[in-house]
Amino acid sequence: MSDSGNVISVRGLKKSYGSTQAVAGIDISIASGEIFALLGPNGAGKTTTVEILEGFRTRDSGQVSVLGIDPSIKGAPARIWRNRIGIVLQSTSDAGDLSVSETVAHFAKYYSNPRNVDEVVQSVGLSEKSGELIRTLSGGQRRRLDVALGIIGSPELLFLDEPTTGFDPEARRAFWALIKSLRDSGTTIVLTTHYLDEAEALADRVAVINHGQIVEVSTPALLGGRATSLATVSWLSESGPKSERTDNPTAVIRKLSEIYKEEIPELTVKRASLEDIYLEMIGGVHEAE
Amino acid sequence: MKQNKVPSALTIGIARGGLEIKQFLRQRESVVYTLAFPIMLLGIFGSVFTNELTDGVTFSQYFVAGMIASGLVNTGFQQLAIMIPVERDFGTLKRLRGTPMPASSYFIGKVIVVFATMVIQVLLLLVAGILFFGVNLPTDPAKWLTFTWLILLGSAASTSLGIAFSVIPKSGRGASAVVSPVVIILQFFSGVFFVFTDLPAWMQQVAAIFPLKWMTQGMRSVFLPDSFAAREVAGNWETGRTFVIILAWFIAGLFISIRTFKWEQDK
Repeated sequence: MSDSGNVISVRGLKKSYGSTQAVAGIDISIASGEIFALLGPNGAGKTTTVEILEGFRTRDSGQVSVLGIDPSIKGAPARIWRNRIGIVLQSTSDAGDLSVSETVAHFAKYYSNPRNVDEVVQSVGLSEKSGELIRTLSGGQRRRLDVALGIIGSPELLFLDEPTTGFDPEARRAFWALIKSLRDSGTTIVLTTHYLDEAEALADRVAVINHGQIVEVSTPALLGGRATSLATVSWLSESGPKSERTDNPTAVIRKLSEIYKEEIPELTVKRASLEDIYLEMIGGVHEAE
Repeated sequence: MKQNKVPSALTIGIARGGLEIKQFLRQRESVVYTLAFPIMLLGIFGSVFTNELTDGVTFSQYFVAGMIASGLVNTGFQQLAIMIPVERDFGTLKRLRGTPMPASSYFIGKVIVVFATMVIQVLLLLVAGILFFGVNLPTDPAKWLTFTWLILLGSAASTSLGIAFSVIPKSGRGASAVVSPVVIILQFFSGVFFVFTDLPAWMQQVAAIFPLKWMTQGMRSVFLPDSFAAREVAGNWETGRTFVIILAWFIAGLFISIRTFKWEQDK
């Protein structure tokens, strides 16, 4: 693999559609075995970037290497490259006249080294639906089938585009556990998502992209100076709710605990959520979504 | 280290063909529309128009020959030009493109499903024709040879043109509204529902550009007595010209398909 063990390395990537510059010079390095999340509002260049990495789109300029290969590769070498990659697209709604296991077993035939069909179906939690036609599945179950089809070829690298849209909270938790287990077995994962809590729960590193450029790359905990940002201590005083912004919340609580001998009423300490930081970075709520 | 030997395009293509046939048979609408509808038409037209065209040739027999030719268009052109835009809309094509499956496997799968449904359709029409409308199977081996190349070349042309035409419908949902009228108008113009030589001259000339007219004429040369050839436009079956014109359409369809095929709907 080129670029010192990086699974993906992008330098100076640019892409325009007509006069609109969708990607305006992006650099990304993604290491083997990490979950890397790309965050950004619609139209920020997220999808274009990922689709260039997936080999679905051409680029205007820049260097791109995915598993040591330029994704614009064609023909037989492209097949060997795709054999090592799994892609879960944003929305697919195949005509559902095949059963879950039939579909997964069929896709297994495309790869040199497929995983066991039953194991894959089980790992996405669809064992009970294995013999059912796809059209009887719920939205969340279909999405898990999409993931099953993405991982059946035992990919070294998996792209996940908005994987949990339409999931109920329980299904999302189960899904996150699945993604983490894939990472733990050595799969590198590139995730694009609108859900900040998802990025926080899963990603080893996140990149925030806006106006076709990377705003920052960091771990979820450190993004945007989040770890050192002010905390807000709130409580209910006799005269009503009060709050104090501080870089030393412990001191504030110590002071409060002297005033209130027993429990401090409705005490909370809140740090900026990833979402707060993110919205600030991309320039306010109005641009999100 | 993993082995990097991906399965061959043919292996995957055959697997896709099997899958497509399975999907086809499970879709009640497609089975009814593609297979049963032509039989129903045959029943209706064959029962209404029972007149003799010449000695020993009834309109029903004429019509059966035309419907078998139409079967090539239904199972190839019509089926694919409707099915591919749906698959494009649903994201099926984009997903496939993200796998090691080569494009050729996708097309091999289509050829297999077209061929399988075409064989079923032609057999059904032949059996119905023989049982109910006095169609006689030819005894001359030369006619069977014509029949074989007509079926093979005709469905090849129909398949390649269906793939080529699949870029025209703007959405999967609208595809059948774009494709079906083309087929039905061609059927009217090409001497399926009416005797070709009874049609206005301009209609005949338009039809002569397209392959269905030649397929129907070819099928008549197989299933009608040679004496009927005198009633064709040229006064004979024009077998050589039929071959050349259908072949030309096949090549044109292939060329256009390769140049214009889209995996994703333009946004």
